Amino acid sequence: MPTIPTIFDTSEPGRIAGVQTPKAGDLTGLPAEALRVSKPVLPEVSELQTVRHFTKLSQQNFSIDGNFYPLGSCTMKYNPRGAHRAASQPGFLSRHPLTPAFASQGLLKCFWDLQETLKTVTGMEEVSLVPMAGAQGELAGGLMIRAYHEDCGDFDRDEILVPTAAHGTNPATATMCGFKTREIKVAADGDVDIEDLKRLVGPKTAGIMLTNPSTCAVFERRILDIADIVHDAGGLLYYDGANLNAILGKVCPGDMGFDVLHLNLHKTFATPHGGGGPGAGPVAVNSLLQPYLPIPMVGKLNDEYIWLDENYFPLTIGKLSAFMGNAGILIRALAYALMLGREGMVRVAEFATLNANYLAAELSKAGFQLAYPTRRATHEFLITLNREARDLDVRALDFAKRLLDFDMHAPTTYFPLLVPECFLIEPTETETKAVLDEFVCAMSKIREEAQEDSDIVKQAPHNQVVRRLDEVRAARVLDLTWSAD
Amino acid sequence: MLQSIGVANIDELFDEIPDSVPVANFRSIEHSLTEMEMMQRLSERAREDELSLCFLGAGSYDHHIPAAVWDLATRGEFLTAYTPYQAEASQGTLQLLYEFQTMMASLASLDVANASLYDGGSGLGEAILMAVRSNRSAHSRKIVIGGAVNPFYVKTANTLVRNQGIELVQVPHDNGLFDPLQCDVDDPSAVVVQQPNFYGLLENVDAISNWAAERKALLIAVVNPLTLAVLKPPGEWGASGADISCGDGQPLGVPMASGGPSFGFLCSKMKHVRQMPGRIVGRTLDANGDVGYTLTLQAREQHIRRAKATSNICTNQGLLVTAATIYMSIMGVAGLRHTASRCHENTNYLVAQLEATGRAQRAFSSPYFHECVIRCAGNVDALTKTMISDHGILAGYPLGDIDPTLEDCLLLCATERRTREEIDLFVELFSRILKES
Ligand SMILES: Cc1ncc(COP(=O)(O)O)c(C=O)c1O
Repeated sequence: MPTIPTIFDTSEPGRIAGVQTPKAGDLTGLPAEALRVSKPVLPEVSELQTVRHFTKLSQQNFSIDGNFYPLGSCTMKYNPRGAHRAASQPGFLSRHPLTPAFASQGLLKCFWDLQETLKTVTGMEEVSLVPMAGAQGELAGGLMIRAYHEDCGDFDRDEILVPTAAHGTNPATATMCGFKTREIKVAADGDVDIEDLKRLVGPKTAGIMLTNPSTCAVFERRILDIADIVHDAGGLLYYDGANLNAILGKVCPGDMGFDVLHLNLHKTFATPHGGGGPGAGPVAVNSLLQPYLPIPMVGKLNDEYIWLDENYFPLTIGKLSAFMGNAGILIRALAYALMLGREGMVRVAEFATLNANYLAAELSKAGFQLAYPTRRATHEFLITLNREARDLDVRALDFAKRLLDFDMHAPTTYFPLLVPECFLIEPTETETKAVLDEFVCAMSKIREEAQEDSDIVKQAPHNQVVRRLDEVRAARVLDLTWSAD
Repeated sequence: MLQSIGVANIDELFDEIPDSVPVANFRSIEHSLTEMEMMQRLSERAREDELSLCFLGAGSYDHHIPAAVWDLATRGEFLTAYTPYQAEASQGTLQLLYEFQTMMASLASLDVANASLYDGGSGLGEAILMAVRSNRSAHSRKIVIGGAVNPFYVKTANTLVRNQGIELVQVPHDNGLFDPLQCDVDDPSAVVVQQPNFYGLLENVDAISNWAAERKALLIAVVNPLTLAVLKPPGEWGASGADISCGDGQPLGVPMASGGPSFGFLCSKMKHVRQMPGRIVGRTLDANGDVGYTLTLQAREQHIRRAKATSNICTNQGLLVTAATIYMSIMGVAGLRHTASRCHENTNYLVAQLEATGRAQRAFSSPYFHECVIRCAGNVDALTKTMISDHGILAGYPLGDIDPTLEDCLLLCATERRTREEIDLFVELFSRILKES
């Protein structure tokens, strides 16, 4: 397939989409020094040229709609079109964010319902829907933990503990909250090293951030002990909800000792990921942290839904966005929750876990090395291609690129860093057994290829729109915008 | 499948969860609905909130969106892809982002743009953090917020930056404008100014830019991207131009949708690029020497740099950027210019007609663009309520909420979508309601 010229390359001076151009307005009276004289570089193309260009570009993407996409930690399950349609109705799409609550009862009712649902799902006391992605939920959580300690007169707690395997957003968030990060070792079986935790925890501990199932894709079995250790030292527990899909309807983070958490609605609640976003990362807390929740939330006064702002929550950590977060994503998540219902939600964790354990078992039988062979897979699992790297000189990266030629998106690679040459594989509950079997076949085939002629794998992909890209060059010879020459 | 795994039933797969953790109780969650039933319920709620006319702006604007924009943006290949980690399988999204970066940087007349932040408010917070990291010569961690910067943005930014010892110093507006001479911080790390400002007024951006440069402060320009087709872009302000520009991309083909999802954009001079938060796409070559696109400068980001990253942002607002890129392609310079100027003319007409009723008057006398503050002879809260309840009209933003000196004032705008008839109707109702109150 040929590469597609940029839309600027197809521009011709003066060409416009006339039907999209309103009559020019009068600018007389504006001060000359405030006006633009330079001409910005925007495409000069017809509407058809635009439509064709972006249609072609879209065809160069892998997506859930088109491909198996077992990207670990990202929960790439089917995104129901009905949820998208529900949120795209004019009453929702054309609502101005500053419309008063009395004229927004339909929307507020949706937010109320979602808050209530998420309280049940998490087993927590109170929910704020405003954070716009997981990382912003983490920030909100960190700030609440900080506010709580400061209100207790505890100003020395400036350390956040995270396992070495934690997602990068955890330590990055700690920094944004003004904390220092201290990393706890992970034991050989994938659980947090309790002795190391005991060594690190203390009067400087503000809290700990954990994912459960962990980023090693196993259930943190001693979670209640960890909770006791951290609580006894005066710290709080943060739950990174990226992996909630694994336990939905089975157990609640609120029953595992967590004080605060976020959910990734673009993972567990199937809102589309849009090639990088938007998401939504609601936070849930127990009663300790309730006063600090980010605003606004939705409350009920008599029979009316109202916005709860700083007047109701004077200790709030504040606003996280100009208006109400990613409102449209919240509606999609509610639609998904309504369609799943009570019985569907339990099936999510069950079938996600069944699919992952089946795929792990089949890959293991096919001779691939599970990172934690004595452990159950959760909704995802880790394999290490260390042996293949050593014996065949093909790395996880090479396997990943070659999988694309089999029309499958690669799993997450090289995360967590502590497992060498790893794949984090999350098939999700919406895939059939046949698709999982195809994946095992593809992996085995790639290994065979590597045994015969490793170059086939090392130089993959072969059938994509581009061959392997030179990332080093991209960072060294910065080309971040198009220009005519 | 169970046989292959070697278990008797699905429950066994959860046997590593300790028994001491109680089983979840979902009894309070309803039984499942079919898609049809879900749609019926949510349609009813959506209809309940429908209004007919919008004269409200204040950071979110009722613009026309060409039909093709969302038809294309919601193709499954854009809608259901993840962040483009596997570049070779994501060339569509990556090339689109490269084109977006080009368009945004050029609109702002700056060198680079990132692939988006969450929204305008959090984007300002990130811009401030970026400026503080980048301005190594600064002695203070004080940020001057000049006059009428969007108050929702300032509140949001404050949540994001105050934990890192950064202080936002708000300089009150003088007749609606930022006057640097009234600022008593003389060593700010950065200065934030909005053009047009929250009240729609045109700031003297050249003088402000020079004032900031003399103090070795970085200048952060908060802008409405649509207006950049008409107004002097941040990169051309004063002798050296703004360093960083940010704002909300909603006017570029994104529905108001209760304020989100839209997207925050961030542009800067090249010398600050290594302090930029968020994803950035670069053009490079593949193994055959052909052109391709990939995420780049990733050593700034959380997945590599962890606690030392420029930000914790991971998921951004990709789909909205997709829509905005398609929007800008269809509209081109002429489309954006005409849309912006039409908004201005419509708002001008609205203001003139309101003044002609004798019940309203501009609150500030200096030039404005696209949006305007009106002082009303009467109770604005009652007016806006009646307008909604009786006529389904959003009659502007009552400014008393954010500035007690503007208690009888409304912030109004009439976008390109408003017809003369609609504006005339609004003016007539405005006059009648105020007379009766
Ligand atoms: C374990 C984990 N934590 C946090 C995040 C961050 O979430 P988001 O991308 O929604 O900001 C992710 C997502 O990639 C994740 O996998």
